[in-house]
Amino acid sequence: MPVITFMEALRQALRDAMHADERVFIIGEDVVHYDSAYGVTKGFVKEFGDKRIRDMPIAEAGYAGLGIGAAMNGLRPVVEMMTTNFALLALDMIVNHAAKIHYMFGGQFTVPIVFRLPNGYGQLSATHSQAFDNYYAYIPGLKVVAPGTPYDAKGMMRAAIEDPDPVIFIEHTGIYSVKGEVPEESYTVPIGKSNLLRDGKDVTIVCYGRMTPMVQQAAEKLAEEGIDAAIVDLRTLRPLDMEPVIESFRKTNRAVIATEEWTSVGVGAEIAARLYTEGFDYIDAPIWRVGFDEVPMPYAKNLETAVVPHPESVIDAVKQVLAGKTQRIRQQ
Amino acid sequence: MKQERDQTHLLEMYRLMRLARSLDERMWQLNRQGKAPFVISCQGHEAAQVGAALALRAGHDWVVPYYRDLGVVLTMGMTPREVMLALMAKAEDPNSGGRQMPAHYSHRKLNIVSHSSPTGTQVPHAVGIGLAAQMRGDDIVVWTAYGEGTSSQGDVHEAMNLAGVMKLPVIFFCENNGYAISVPQRKQMGVENVADRAAGYGFPGVVVDGTNVLEVHEATMAAVERARRGDGPTLIEAKCVRLTAHSSDDNDRTYRTAEDLKAMKAQDPVVKFETYLTSEGILDDATKTKILNEIKEAVNDATKYAEAAPLPDPATVKRYVFAE
Repeated sequence: MPVITFMEALRQALRDAMHADERVFIIGEDVVHYDSAYGVTKGFVKEFGDKRIRDMPIAEAGYAGLGIGAAMNGLRPVVEMMTTNFALLALDMIVNHAAKIHYMFGGQFTVPIVFRLPNGYGQLSATHSQAFDNYYAYIPGLKVVAPGTPYDAKGMMRAAIEDPDPVIFIEHTGIYSVKGEVPEESYTVPIGKSNLLRDGKDVTIVCYGRMTPMVQQAAEKLAEEGIDAAIVDLRTLRPLDMEPVIESFRKTNRAVIATEEWTSVGVGAEIAARLYTEGFDYIDAPIWRVGFDEVPMPYAKNLETAVVPHPESVIDAVKQVLAGKTQRIRQQ
Repeated sequence: MKQERDQTHLLEMYRLMRLARSLDERMWQLNRQGKAPFVISCQGHEAAQVGAALALRAGHDWVVPYYRDLGVVLTMGMTPREVMLALMAKAEDPNSGGRQMPAHYSHRKLNIVSHSSPTGTQVPHAVGIGLAAQMRGDDIVVWTAYGEGTSSQGDVHEAMNLAGVMKLPVIFFCENNGYAISVPQRKQMGVENVADRAAGYGFPGVVVDGTNVLEVHEATMAAVERARRGDGPTLIEAKCVRLTAHSSDDNDRTYRTAEDLKAMKAQDPVVKFETYLTSEGILDDATKTKILNEIKEAVNDATKYAEAAPLPDPATVKRYVFAE
């Protein structure tokens, strides 16, 4: 099986979808003349023309709304928000419209749209290095996906484009270059299904997106020390599939939730709550969460490194859980 | 023959304006009786709405209205029964089946798509509907409306800019009644006419008397032709009057003088058109009585029908979160 990057996997899925369905088209900032900000759709204008790959003015709310209108009128827009941070300007369109139009109007209209939201960090500072996964995961009517492997990236992008509902597709720029085995042919990975990536008996580590490859590294190191960690990759944040998490937790009775977000009130908080409510009988130790320190992201590299999670943060949290220590989360 | 056709057309305009007014008045009565939680009015906008909507092809062109556009949706084919079902949030309401507030009109078969309550958000949707039509080569026009208060929203600016860039078949229709709930126009904008802004988007802006149905109709016809030719959008600003409070939750006496309301009432578009038709010999007493009786019957029927209709079944409350 070919080994390709996460970014190439996304590109293949988008390309396949463009070929398979002429209703699919891409809008965003710098997708035509610049050939896409991060290069995910590089070469598409040449292949599909500037009718189906369209540059937008800097007007996130406007073109998010435009995409919603086009979706209601039968097209399948893929809206590239240059970054998650800029999508804040379109939040009303996503939350009040994409998510609710089907419900509010009694099922008359569907909004089959994909919002691609690259997020991540890398010396881009406070307003350009954030995760708002929980904002979207909070909203009924949205489907929110955040794959962590190239295989899932390809299959979930295709599934997102084919889905009749609005899908928020969170792409962590920090894993665009991560490589993995990806079939050449087109396929889908279902939205709303978590995945047991690695079985283990000592602790269940729950993660998604960028944290998935990081947790895989951590698990390997833990194995060297004789600690057998299971990994459940959520892949979808809404609708959330807790089954593989609970199933693993029944065996391990311990959990660490590793997400790249401010820990308080994040996606991880929901997972912890579900573990307490759905898995109460199996809890043997406090559940720990790993995330950003709760400060706006600093610019200087050493400061940035100090506040983001690393494989060592996951390893440390696992050891704390195994030692039965309680966690105190600080908001400074 | 042409004269006869014109007369029929003019009487249909009158009937629709009267119907909108009567239905609107009934909704306020029901609100005051505690039978309708929320009403937002078209009164004073009937000429603008009917004049504009009659320039469109019902069920073919797309209409993306705002909450005052009762006259528009009736003209496009929504029935008084359907309007009343929405007002009372009944199961059978085609707009939403009791899931959305009244006056957020939406009707798939009539190509009516509405907004949620943050105003102006429907305008980018209209542009997207227009883009889809342009990409497929569909021969449609998209008509969208909003008040002058909403014209201050960034979404409206972004949408008009997008439509200008792509020369989309969209008609932006601003119903300017001088008030954004309580804020008068002079405190909303530094220009006299909302239509003046069209120049900034590269398409024409036209100001019309929104209390003159014929003037609005003519301007909208011209905008429709322009859009169908592929020449792109037009912004039409119809200067209207607001004859009621903003909504049933508002008391406009706290911010509006009696003189102001009196001056607006003197411009009542329904009365104006009725006077015109009478003086032209198009509307005689017998015809007027017949029209008014039919409307009264339709409004009574709609009220009775909606009152008797069942509420939505709570067992269905989780339907439509995701597509089925």
